[in-house]
Amino acid sequence: MITLEHVHKNYTTSKGTIPALRDINIHVNPGEIFGIIGKSGAGKSSLIRCVNLLERPSSGKIIVANEELTTLSAAKLRAARRKIGMIFQHFNLLSSRNVYDNIALPLELAGHTHKQMEDTIMPLLELTHLTDKKMAYPAQLSGGQKQRVAIARALASKPHVLLSDEATSALDPETTLTILQLLKNIRDTLNLTILLITHEMSVIKSCCDRVAILQEGELIEENEVGEFFTHPKTEVAKNFIASSVLQHLPAAIERHLLALEQPDTHPILRLWFLQGTATQPIISEISRQFNLHINILQANVEYIKNHAMGIMMIALRGENAKIQPAIQYLKERSVQVEVVGYVPNDIAV
Amino acid sequence: MFPMTLLFNATIETVYMVIVATIIATLVGLPWGIVLYTSRRGNILAHPLLYQVLAIIVNVTRSIPFIILMIAVIPLTRILVGSSIGTNAAIVPLSLCAMPFIARVVENALLEVDSGLVEAATSMGATAWQIICKVFIPEALPGIINGLTLTVVSLIGYSAMAGAVGGGGLGDLAIRYGYQRFDTSVMLITIVIMIVLVQAVQLVGDKLAKWYAHTGQ
Ligand SMILES: Nc1ncnc2c1ncn2[C@@H]1O[C@H](COP(=O)(O)OP(=O)(O)O)[C@@H](O)[C@H]1O
Ligand SMILES: [Mg+2]
Repeated sequence: MITLEHVHKNYTTSKGTIPALRDINIHVNPGEIFGIIGKSGAGKSSLIRCVNLLERPSSGKIIVANEELTTLSAAKLRAARRKIGMIFQHFNLLSSRNVYDNIALPLELAGHTHKQMEDTIMPLLELTHLTDKKMAYPAQLSGGQKQRVAIARALASKPHVLLSDEATSALDPETTLTILQLLKNIRDTLNLTILLITHEMSVIKSCCDRVAILQEGELIEENEVGEFFTHPKTEVAKNFIASSVLQHLPAAIERHLLALEQPDTHPILRLWFLQGTATQPIISEISRQFNLHINILQANVEYIKNHAMGIMMIALRGENAKIQPAIQYLKERSVQVEVVGYVPNDIAV
Repeated sequence: MFPMTLLFNATIETVYMVIVATIIATLVGLPWGIVLYTSRRGNILAHPLLYQVLAIIVNVTRSIPFIILMIAVIPLTRILVGSSIGTNAAIVPLSLCAMPFIARVVENALLEVDSGLVEAATSMGATAWQIICKVFIPEALPGIINGLTLTVVSLIGYSAMAGAVGGGGLGDLAIRYGYQRFDTSVMLITIVIMIVLVQAVQLVGDKLAKWYAHTGQ
């Protein structure tokens, strides 16, 4: 439904050329929710803005619904854009129009009659639970309500594709979930294809089918979401997952965390139970077998698309000579082990 | 004894001059301001040369003092209204003076419009003209109304100046009675009327701007 082939984007500024996107290749299937995650400045907005040519790529092909957008005339491009809905981080509603008239905007632009507009808008108001807010102005709405208006507006011209540029980044976690639920819901009912970008792993986790990581303008990893969480390939992916699954270490440990081993310290490990390995037996096993004192600092088991995945942070204390064999034992049971750092023994954990 | 009819007629003349001059100046200044804004670098009709030319005309015309403009355009006034004295004649310099002012005011109001809205409209397949009509003007309307209010208030002052050189209106009356015949009461009354006019314009302008801002309060 959406294909990007060898897309490059350079920005020319007075200080020189900024390569924002490098050789991007993406294929989003019809009816799929495809997420792109990346840190701030990775080029996410540039990428999604290239899809409807709000930003022209420096080179490469962009094909949406079998049309190669880069070759279209201005008029044809406008027609193609009507079939690509877009929602934004800051909603971008017209403050001069009430909810109904905001949703009517794309229809007015396309020259629909008032009757046609009403027939389109009323069901959309219902779908987005805004029927009672029909006459309200954006200034009178909450963030979540504004984004729902924006979604209804994006759907008004019956697009094949919906682009979402950090649509939940300005919302609180609870509202974020309702918006993501709504996106999934409209994908299912309208068979829409959704391409979204985000810097939050929770967004990927709760609504995407596939995900790609954008890092400094390059796509470095792409996978089906369940696979992505259970078999992350790159360090960047692992960090994204860890940051989404685990909170920070307790402050007392974080403060004293050393990067290298020193006398009278013990390691803090991050364990990844990726293949649904049961966590508890293994932990008690190594404790008994190697006579180690194990303190579980954090543990989390997540179910993503039917894959169970656990991440655990533990402090391992005991005879130094026993620690390496214990780690080896874990690895043999396909637990991924990562040494986060070392903490002096005299720190109470 | 107050020359009541004179006062009444003079007020009508002032209101007439200001209203007609504002309408003419808006008809030119509004599109001028829109072109000024949209021809800026990076905007929907980006045209750096056109922008430069329009901006220079605005700056040059705005730096001419009104009293000089009034005299300088007398030949033009004669061509347009057939005479260089009278209320209609005063409308020519008043409109000319307000045009670049309105252009700037409109440009400034448009600069306040969030660029995200243009992006949203573009993503819906809007043409440049549709963006101007459906996004820029309605979104900038409160700012444009505030600017027009400012213009009208200035024009009330300038119309008094125009009156002094035979344009009629309250300024004319104040000078003929108050200054030349030492009738201070007429002078005071004209000032009071001007203050009331300015207050009324400001009040209506503020109310309209607030109404169109749709802030919900
Ligand atoms: N219009 C622009 N002009 C110049 N540089 C830009 C422009 N837009 C984005 N960039 C640069 O491109 C890079 C990617 O930006 P962006 O796509 O906004 O990233 P993200 O959305 O992931 O934060 C950044 O280094 C940013 O400074
Ligand atoms: Mg961004």
